[in-house]
Amino acid sequence: MKQSILQVTGLTMDFGGIRALNSLDLDVKSGEIVALIGPNGAGKTTFFNCITGIYTPTAGDIFLTPPDSSKKISLKGLKPNQVTEKGLARTFQNIRLFAKMTVLENVMIGRHCRTKAFVFGAIFRTAATRKEEKSIIETSYAILEKLGLAEFANEFADNLPYGAQRRLEIARALATEPLLLLLDEPAAGMNPQETIALDKLIKKISLDGQAILLIEHDMQLVMSLSDRIFVMDYGKKIAQGTPAEIRENPVVIKAYLGEEVDA
Amino acid sequence: MVSLKELKKGLLTSLWFVFLTFPIIVIKVDPIQRTVIWRWQNALYMALGTFGIYLLVKYYQHRKENQPSRPKNTEQTESFLHGILQKPLQRKILVGVVATIAVLFPHFFSTYQTNVMTTALMYVVLGLGLNIVVGLAGLLDLGFVAFYAVGAYTYALLNLHFGLGFWTVLPIGGLIAAMFGVLLGFPVLRLRGDYLAIVTLGFGEIIRLILENWGKFSKGPSGISNISRPGFLGMEFSLEQSILYTYYLMILFVIITIFVVNRLQDSRLGRAWIALREDEIACQAMGIDKRKTKLVAFSLGAFWAGIVGVMFAAKTTFINPASFTFLESAIILSIVVLGGMGSIIGVVFGALILILMPEYLRALSEYRMLAFGGILVCMMIFRPQGLISNIRRTYRFEKKPQ
Repeated sequence: MKQSILQVTGLTMDFGGIRALNSLDLDVKSGEIVALIGPNGAGKTTFFNCITGIYTPTAGDIFLTPPDSSKKISLKGLKPNQVTEKGLARTFQNIRLFAKMTVLENVMIGRHCRTKAFVFGAIFRTAATRKEEKSIIETSYAILEKLGLAEFANEFADNLPYGAQRRLEIARALATEPLLLLLDEPAAGMNPQETIALDKLIKKISLDGQAILLIEHDMQLVMSLSDRIFVMDYGKKIAQGTPAEIRENPVVIKAYLGEEVDA
Repeated sequence: MVSLKELKKGLLTSLWFVFLTFPIIVIKVDPIQRTVIWRWQNALYMALGTFGIYLLVKYYQHRKENQPSRPKNTEQTESFLHGILQKPLQRKILVGVVATIAVLFPHFFSTYQTNVMTTALMYVVLGLGLNIVVGLAGLLDLGFVAFYAVGAYTYALLNLHFGLGFWTVLPIGGLIAAMFGVLLGFPVLRLRGDYLAIVTLGFGEIIRLILENWGKFSKGPSGISNISRPGFLGMEFSLEQSILYTYYLMILFVIITIFVVNRLQDSRLGRAWIALREDEIACQAMGIDKRKTKLVAFSLGAFWAGIVGVMFAAKTTFINPASFTFLESAIILSIVVLGGMGSIIGVVFGALILILMPEYLRALSEYRMLAFGGILVCMMIFRPQGLISNIRRTYRFEKKPQ
């Protein structure tokens, strides 16, 4: 049995009197693609915001376990940048690229938390800084190549076509060397061709052993990609299982399509 | 060319302006004779002037519409300058020419003009300092003059009480200003945009008011005089030599500042600042420590202001709180905005234009602020990216690994 990378237990999030997440349990094992689905407003993005430190959850635990050790790292209460440093990188549902930076620079930002040159190194450009800077550029460029963005390397991020901007978000997140990659609706707004390309791309990333947790509305994509699926509604987990199981699950069908009214 | 409808609108516009400016330009009270003088002819001039400008604007608008190639021209001049900066040889020639002018300047112009130039160079460094905070990190700071004041008063007070010399205090002034930068940075870490601007504005005023009212500490509004000029290995300078020396010192400071800011901008830290400016949440999600990055930006920006403050106190030998009003912050901010946010060469140009122009247009001195405002309004409409925008776009081209 594979080791769990992410373990979330009893995650609860209240906004005033509204319970956006209600005692949610979820786990992702190494190398797995897990999908989190649910109707609009089910709390999927809130879940992402909670585990990445943008919100502090009201209750519950979030643990990250690096594959080469058995030590659990608690992510609860950490700042977003610390969460990323520990190995959880995310993309955003509404694209949040650094618009006035080049594509390459966007990815280079992702390398920030894995490098350390600071004021002194920047001003005096020491040998160590130069070496680090070179490795940042090389690694970032390699990631761009892998995601088919190398041709845009020196374009401004906001000049890219929509699909490429989505891919750049993934590239930027990959540059932080995450243990687990979180994708928040990567296919939102894409046309069918772009979605097929995305499907291939995510599979390609997964082949390197990258664990992925994704939120997605495109059911075809979810069914094709996922090893396991979690279904949420009104902040609660209503089902979990393999794609085949979820497809047949009456509770899920009810959540999505509504209940038949007996005459 | 200009339709009847537009003429009517122009007429209305000029009437409106006459109405708006009526109290200022038509009514004049003579306090001795206790009479009111009605200068009706001024209203007429105003009407004619406004109408003329209106027609001119319309004319240019028509021309722009008929010739779509016109806006491209301005872009070409810009890319021309960028082109020079990109090519190593041309760049060296340009740097050589600028350096020659800078070195020879005091020999061809009067002491007065050298002095004015020194002031302009001080604003170049101030602008470059603020550029780190506003241009790169995107934190709107309206109280930048506070750090300038901290630097100046550090030197003035240490010189007054302990007789410390310019070169000793220079780093101390910079560091104390940087410390104040962190001090301001802490409470405003969570603020952005308008809120940040208001707090920094308040901070600037607080520092000035402390200096003005804490008489025992800062000698209040009467200021501190007889501050030592910068020395050089204990040599005695005449006033003229001292001005020359200060000028060359300032040139040196400008070069060092440009060098350092340029390196910072191209570093891991510089990228983090720009990312912070672009999108704070995404920036944090990429593992950048917001708190640390912001504080470093504030303190580094303040450091340069402190250095220039020490220089200012040494140059004028007299300082009082009146030199550090909000207007000063506004001018430094205008330099950055006018020059082009985040663009070093733009800020240099902006400072030279904004500081030298009023000096050479003394005749218009009463209308200085009016012209100042006018220029900024026009800039925001026609070139919101500044005179010379940043050339970040291509700077990594050659570094592509094969």
